[in-house]
This record gives sequence, C-alpha cells and structure tokens, in this order.
Amino acid sequence: MRKSFIGQNPSILIFLLCLAAFTLAVSLLAEGFGIGVLSTSFIKTLGKTLCLCLVAIAMDLIWGYCGILSLGHFAFFGLGGYMIGMWLMYARTEIIVQNALAQGDIPPTAQEVIDGIGSQIFGVVGSSDFPVIWVFADSLVLQLLLVLVVPGVLALVFGWLAFRSRVAGVYLSILTQAMTLALALYLFQNDSGLRGNNGLSGLQNLPGVTAPQSVVSMWFFWASALALGAGYLVSAWVISGKFGSVIRGIRDNEARVRFLGYPVETFKLMLFTLTAMIAAIAGALYYPQAGIINPAEIAPIASIYLAVWVAIGGRGRLYGAVLGAAFVSLVSTWFTGGQAPDINLGFYTVQWVDWWQVILGISFVLVTLFAPKGIGGLFDLLKRESRS
Amino acid sequence: MSKFLHACRILICGVFVLLAQAALAQDDTAPDPQPGQLGPLQTVLQQDAALIAKASRTTIGPIIDAIVASELPSVPHFLSAWQNKDVWQRAEDGLFFVATKADGKTYRLLDLDTGTEVGTAAKDELDQLKPNSGVRGLIATALVQFQLSDPNRDTRVEALVAIERRPGPDLLTPLRASIPAEPDAELKARKTRIERLLTMAYDADPAARIDAIEAMSTDLGVDVRAALNPLVATQRQVAQTLPEDINLARELTPGSEDLSRDAAYVMLVDAGLAPPHQSAAELKSQLSQHIDAGRVGGVPVAQLSNPEARVTAYAALAAAGVVPQLVTEADVDAALASHVFFESYAEKDPAVTAAANAALATIATRVGVNQALDLGLDAISLASIYFLAAIGLAITFGLMGVINMAHGEFIMMGAYTGYVVQQVIPNHTVSILVAIPLAFAVTFAAGVAMERLVIRHLYHRPLETLLATFGISIALQQLAKNIFGTQARPLTSPGWLDGALVMNDVLAISYIRIAIFVLALIFLGLFLFLMKRTRLGLETRAVTQNPRMAASMGINPGRVNMLTFGLGSGIAGIAGVAIGLYAKVTSELGADYIVQSFMTVVVGGVGNIWGALLGATMIGSLQKGIEWLNPSNTLAAQTYMIIFIIIFIQFRPRGIIALKGRAAGD
Repeated sequence: MRKSFIGQNPSILIFLLCLAAFTLAVSLLAEGFGIGVLSTSFIKTLGKTLCLCLVAIAMDLIWGYCGILSLGHFAFFGLGGYMIGMWLMYARTEIIVQNALAQGDIPPTAQEVIDGIGSQIFGVVGSSDFPVIWVFADSLVLQLLLVLVVPGVLALVFGWLAFRSRVAGVYLSILTQAMTLALALYLFQNDSGLRGNNGLSGLQNLPGVTAPQSVVSMWFFWASALALGAGYLVSAWVISGKFGSVIRGIRDNEARVRFLGYPVETFKLMLFTLTAMIAAIAGALYYPQAGIINPAEIAPIASIYLAVWVAIGGRGRLYGAVLGAAFVSLVSTWFTGGQAPDINLGFYTVQWVDWWQVILGISFVLVTLFAPKGIGGLFDLLKRESRS
Repeated sequence: MSKFLHACRILICGVFVLLAQAALAQDDTAPDPQPGQLGPLQTVLQQDAALIAKASRTTIGPIIDAIVASELPSVPHFLSAWQNKDVWQRAEDGLFFVATKADGKTYRLLDLDTGTEVGTAAKDELDQLKPNSGVRGLIATALVQFQLSDPNRDTRVEALVAIERRPGPDLLTPLRASIPAEPDAELKARKTRIERLLTMAYDADPAARIDAIEAMSTDLGVDVRAALNPLVATQRQVAQTLPEDINLARELTPGSEDLSRDAAYVMLVDAGLAPPHQSAAELKSQLSQHIDAGRVGGVPVAQLSNPEARVTAYAALAAAGVVPQLVTEADVDAALASHVFFESYAEKDPAVTAAANAALATIATRVGVNQALDLGLDAISLASIYFLAAIGLAITFGLMGVINMAHGEFIMMGAYTGYVVQQVIPNHTVSILVAIPLAFAVTFAAGVAMERLVIRHLYHRPLETLLATFGISIALQQLAKNIFGTQARPLTSPGWLDGALVMNDVLAISYIRIAIFVLALIFLGLFLFLMKRTRLGLETRAVTQNPRMAASMGINPGRVNMLTFGLGSGIAGIAGVAIGLYAKVTSELGADYIVQSFMTVVVGGVGNIWGALLGATMIGSLQKGIEWLNPSNTLAAQTYMIIFIIIFIQFRPRGIIALKGRAAGD
C-alpha cells in the first residue's frame, strides 16, 4: 500500500500548518476582527501577496517541474482579474444607476437601466454600448466560470499551437512573451471592450455589501489564504503521482519520455492549461483587493518578475516559489513604497526608490550564478547539517 | 488711445465734408475742377469721386473696372496705393493724391498721373481713403493683372500666390493674357498650370473646361484635386418628386448604407415635410410632465417601466390633445415612401461633372499606386530599423545561441552615448562621426564584460542565461533612469539629413530613413565580410559548430566567444545611435525593440544573417501593411502582427531559412 501523497512529502503538512498559523495571527492582529495592530491597507498587501504566492506556485509547476519557462503566465493572471472585474463593475454600476433613475418621476425601463450602465462604464472610452464580451457580466456565476474558462481556453489554444509544432526552450519563452505583449497591446485599445488603458476600477467595492473595507479586506485575505492552501495541495497532488513523474521526465529528457511512448505534447498541454487556470484564480482574488486592473498589469515585464520570484525562491519545490514570491514582492513593496530610509553618503543620497531595481537586477544575476536553488536551497543545507 | 479717438473724429468730419461735397458736385453748382489742369487718371476718378471716397464692396466693382479700362500707365500704382490706404482726398477741391507724411501734421502730395510732388497740406485739410477689406479684395483682384506682367519677378510670384489663395472667375482672363509674354520659364509653367486649374472651374465654355479636366487627370498634385473636388460637391436634398432642373448625382434609398432610416426622417423633419419623431427620452419627459394623481393618461406611474405601457399612456395623452400625436414607425415609413431623397451637384453641367468624376477616379488610381509605393518605402525603412536592431542579436543569439535579454539595453547605451557626445561636441556632423565608433567601443566593452562575468558560466543553460541577462537588463535600465532621468533626450541628426526626397505630392521619403537603410546595407556587408573573409569569422563559425573540435585545432573558444559577443553588442550600440536619430532616447528605448528583435531573428531563422534580413523585411512590411488596413490603430497592428507571427511559427518552426543537417544543432 502506497502512502498518501501527503505522507510521502511531509513538507506539505508543514506548509499548510504555517499558512494556517499565519492566517490566524494576522486575523488576530487585524483591524477588522482583531486588536487592530495591522492596518487595512497592510492586510490588503498581505492578501495580495498570498495571491502572488499562488501564481508563483503555478509558475513553479510549469517551469520548475516541467521545464517550460513561460513568460506569459501573468496574462492569465490578468485575464482572471478582468473576468471578475467585469462582474464587480457591472453589478456595482447597476446599483448606482438604478438608484439614480429611481429619483425620477417615472420608473425606468429595463433598456434605460442598461443604457445608463453602459454610458457609466464606457463613457471614458467615448462609447455607451456594451461590447459582446460583456454579455454575461450581469451574472456572478457565469463570470466566475469565465475566470476559469477564458484563460483556460487561451492557454489550451496557444499551448496546442506551440507544443504541436515542437516549439521548445527559449523559443517557447519568447513566444509566450509575445503572447502576453499582444494581449496587453490589444487591451490598451479603447475599442477592445475593456475600457482601454483606463482598465476596470472601483473593484474593491463589493456590490450590495455594506461592511467596511476593514472587514471586506479580511474576507479576501481569508479567501486568498484558502485558495493558496488549496492550490498548494492540488499542485502537490499533481506532481506526486504518475503524472508528476512524467512531467519531471519531460523536464529532464523530453526525447526519452517521448520514445517511451508518452504523449509528451498532451502532458505539457494539460499542465500548461492547469497552471493558467490556477493563475487566473489568483488574479481573480488579487484584483478586487488591488481595486483596479489595467493592461499595464499584464505587460511582459510582470511575467518576467514572476520568473524572478520563483528563481529566487528556488524552483522545483513548491514552498520555494511561495517563499520567493512573498519575500521579493514584500521587499519590493517596502523599497518602492518609499518606506525604506534614504542613505545619505554626503556626496550622494541613495534613494531606494531609484536603486531598488538595480539591486534586484544584480541580485538576480548573483542568484542565477551562485545559488541556482534559491532561498529554498537553504533548507537543503539545514537538512544536511542535521543529518551529519 | 487719444490719438486714435482724434483720428476717428477727423474721419467722421471728413465723411461729412465728403457727403456735402458730393451733394454739391451733383448739383453742378460747385466750381468744377478745371479739366485742363487735371491728369487723365484724376479725370476718371473725379467722375465717381463720391463713390470712391466712400467705397463699398457692392458699388465699387464697376468703378474699378472703369479705372482699369482706362488703361492708363499710372493705374497699378494708384490701385496699390489705394489698397495700402496711401490715397488721400483734398477737402477743398476733392482731388485725390498719393500722400506721404512729411513731418508732424503735414503731408506731401504727389500727383496721381505724374508722380511729382504738387505741394503739401496739413492733415486736417485731407481725408484718407480707407477701403474696407471687401473693397481691398476687389482692388487686389484688379491689381493682379498688372502684377502678373510686372517686370519684377517677386511681384509676379506674389500675384500667383494670391490667385492660388483666392481663385475667382475674373482672374482667368488677365492670367491668360499674361502667359505669352512671361519671360521666366518656371513662372510660365506655373502660370499655365494655374490657368488650367482656373479653366476647369470657371471657363464660360463647357468644352474648354472638360478639355482642361481631362488634360489634368494624370496629375497627382493636391491642387488639382482641390480644384476638382468642388466641381463634384453634392448636396443632399429631399422633395416630393424629383426636380427636372438639377444635375442629379444619385438617388438615395432610406434605410440603405448611405442614408439611414433615421437620418432620412431627420431630413424630412428639417425640410418641414414631416412632424418630428418623438425619441424615447422625449416620450419620457412628456409623460413625466403630465403626471396626474399618480397616473399618466390613466396608466398608473408604477407600470411605466414597461415601454408598451408608456406608449399607451402617451396615446391617451395625445387623444386628450395635450401632447402632439405620436409618430409611429408606420407613419415614418409612409412619410419616407412618399418622398424622394437625392444628391445633386452644385455644378449644373452634367458633362463637366462626369468629366470631373472620371478625372478624380483616374487620379485616385494613380494616387493609390503611389501610396502603395510609399507604403513599400515605409515598410523598407521600418524593416531596416528592425534589421539594425536585430543584427547584433543575429550574432549573439543566432550564432552563439546566447539569449541576451540585455541586448535592448545595449541599443539604449549606444543611443545615450550619442547623446552625451552631442553634449560635448556641438557640431552635429562631427558628433555623429565620433559617436558611432565610441558607441561601438562602449557597448563592445560592456558586452565583453558581461560575457566574461556572467554568460561564460551559463553556456548550455539557455533558460538561466535568459534570466541572468534579464536581471542585467532591468539593472541597466534603472541605472540609465537614475543618470539621465525619465524624460526623453534628443539626439539631433545633422542638418544635411533633414528634409525628404520628394517624388510627387504623394511619394516622399525622408533622408534620415534613407541613411538608416544605407546603414543597414553597410552592416549587412560588414557582417558578411567578417564572417566569410576574416580569421575571426572562421574561428567563430568553427566554435559555433563544434567547440571541442575547434579547441583541438588550436582555437581558443573562450577568446572567440568573448570577441564574438563583444562584436554583437558593439553593433547593437551603433544601431542605438541610428535609432536614436529618429526616435527619442529614453531608458526604455531598448525594451521597445527587444521583442521585435527576437521575433525578427526567430522568424528569419536562427544562425543565418539572410534569415534576419528576411525576417526584418517580413515583420516590417507586415506591420506597415496592417497599419494601412487599419490606419487609426497602431496598437492593433502590433497585436495582429504578433498573432500572425505565432501562427507563422506553426508552419515554419525554424524560421524562413532553416539550417539543415549538423549545423542545425540538436
């Protein structure tokens, strides 16, 4: 009898326990439910960080375990955010428009309400008609489904095209980067149907919810923690079984796996689509906390940062991706948010806002050169110490 | 201010005096000026002295014609003086003089016919003639015929410019008259051309107009189209039956693509042929004005969220006579069916409009051909920019297989080098000549340093090379931002590269694009020479194909790799100078080109310079082609291009020129 996949890998349990303890601690310290040490904006930052950890797990699955360096996973992340953002924006505007029209002498017709919502949402891009892609925007269930379906289908089609023609290695990386660039450029247009470079905004307000932001932020924090935990479990399960072995085989020697009779393209395609969907879920939870999504979010650079997080955290181990994403994104926020004190050298004042990117870039080179296992590698050192 | 008021006062007084004088003159009781003493022009003027002094656009025309018809040699001088408000009338006898200010308040009076000084007068004894702009326009038209045959060439050019600016039917005859005697060949051609354009529009004889139109139908000039377009200008009209006396362009069917149903009905309403159609919003506001005890027309207000209930309520109101009858869709259809909608030409002669339409069609075809050529030139110049950006990459990525994400930043470094050199050396030509080798040196050094410090350790790990060079890329970008700031820096091209090579009104190419094209060709040649004819090229090819074998033949692969990488980076630096000349230099300059550069190399085929050339050509012409199909949207063009490339790679995964056999590597 084989042990369950959790039994095989005790790090999963440790991770989940740490996550639970972290969530509990934050809840106790937060403004919404606890003693109020942590501000609402910091809770949002933490919640967003958990979402970034989740997308980093997706990236680790596809890159660390399957060897496909995708530079386009933030496109799926952003699409997930757009899909949920459409419902949030539509539902909230609907309430506002209905309240406004109810002030009139005569009750509004259904068409008037829809026209009102249309001109409210699309006024900034000089239009008032709903594009076709908003057809399901009034239904939360359908839009939630689209969070999975749209990125999933995009990943499926793109992956099928790419893997079928045996595009691999750096070529695939460049191709995925081109995909996310194309998507970002497309969304930047005003007539893309998603408000051009204005993006979707006001997403932090849940329609019909009167609870203050301090409470809503906690809900999202818990949802993000839950999603991260679930995503971690699913990913751990996926890589533990036979499927995981084939995936790792593809990473180590694709040709050999193919000669053993495995349909390599199908395996890659399944994993690519699965990770795209995980990224989309992370995005759908991230953007309501960020409050706004615009095409700049899915520019190629974002996806490259994702690879940076996973590399620094240590690819090929799930907790490494989580650590890398959490560490780098939090430190980035700290440095670029202007909270880090400037260093006055007398002849020159080092402003961290200006120099953080330089440090990040150089440290990235150093990690690649000297610590390919990233932060996760430290745990190996600890293990070796305790063993000897 | 007070001076101005004073002048006004004088003017008003003057007008009164003039009126009085005119009245006197017509009474024949005033002492007539002695005709024997007056010059011939003065005599002509005195016949209409009152109307000249108080000229208005509506009355002055025949008088100017009479003055011109006198054919006196002094007429042009008088007209231009009149136009410039230099003609004054002496109050005491009503004679006209050209007056110039002598000193203070006295003016020297010059005789109109002889131009000699005949005396002086104080300002308050004189009245200035101040023709308004309408009169001045008429004077200018009359003057043109004199200016057209003026001995001074500049005056003739000015007259032609005036005609071009405000063409008119009365200019045609003087222009024609001046052509045979025109000594300057260039001006003669120009006069003939303007004469043809005026003939098209204004000649009395339709056959002459049609001849002119047909003769000009092969000309691409904007002026020809500008002269032809008014001839075929149409006006949309609606009537109950089609009028007979119009030059019909076409009939329109309401509800068709050219005339929507709503627009047609609006035309009817505007023409007063149908009652206005109530919009949903008007319906609603009418209803809300007639709410009576929670009901409108007997319908409870709460039910009015239903559009049909609204119509019912409105119909009830209309039946009660408080609002106009509702215009139903059936009413609209009936009204539309009982009228004809048509477009008619403002030009009455059908033969002329037909000829003009035919000429415009011919011109449109020729313009289309030239635009296609122009597009082709655009595509070539864009392709040469992509090729320049990608050629360094073709060496580092194509030959060595090193993914250098910092390649774009090398381009940026080259551009900034050019900028810094221009700060030191102000002469643009010299600074560019210095900047090119310097940019090569700077980026060569940077490339060698990068190869020695980072890439050397990562051969055979391409994905990690990608990530490490990406780290260098963001660090370099931020460094550039810290040093040069975020605003764009100019890299000015030398004066002799300004301007454009103009073929005709449609086809033009700027010299800077030609220079970039030439530069791209030079680099192609340089690359081929280096790779095929030099020791370094031989060694590079050997190391690329089989490093171990090359090493055992006595080649030092490390050194060759270092030099090759430096060479690729150096070329990127020179490309940076070229790109900086026509785009602004920012820290993101390189990032803008990096994806396209990789696309160029991948599409063309890795490891082959001809592939990069083909790839650049394909991507450049593709982008221009899509932009042409969808001109308003360059973002969409880039999107579709990338999608096209993704699909293209499906069919030729190894690019246009794929290496075969062992050289293909894996």
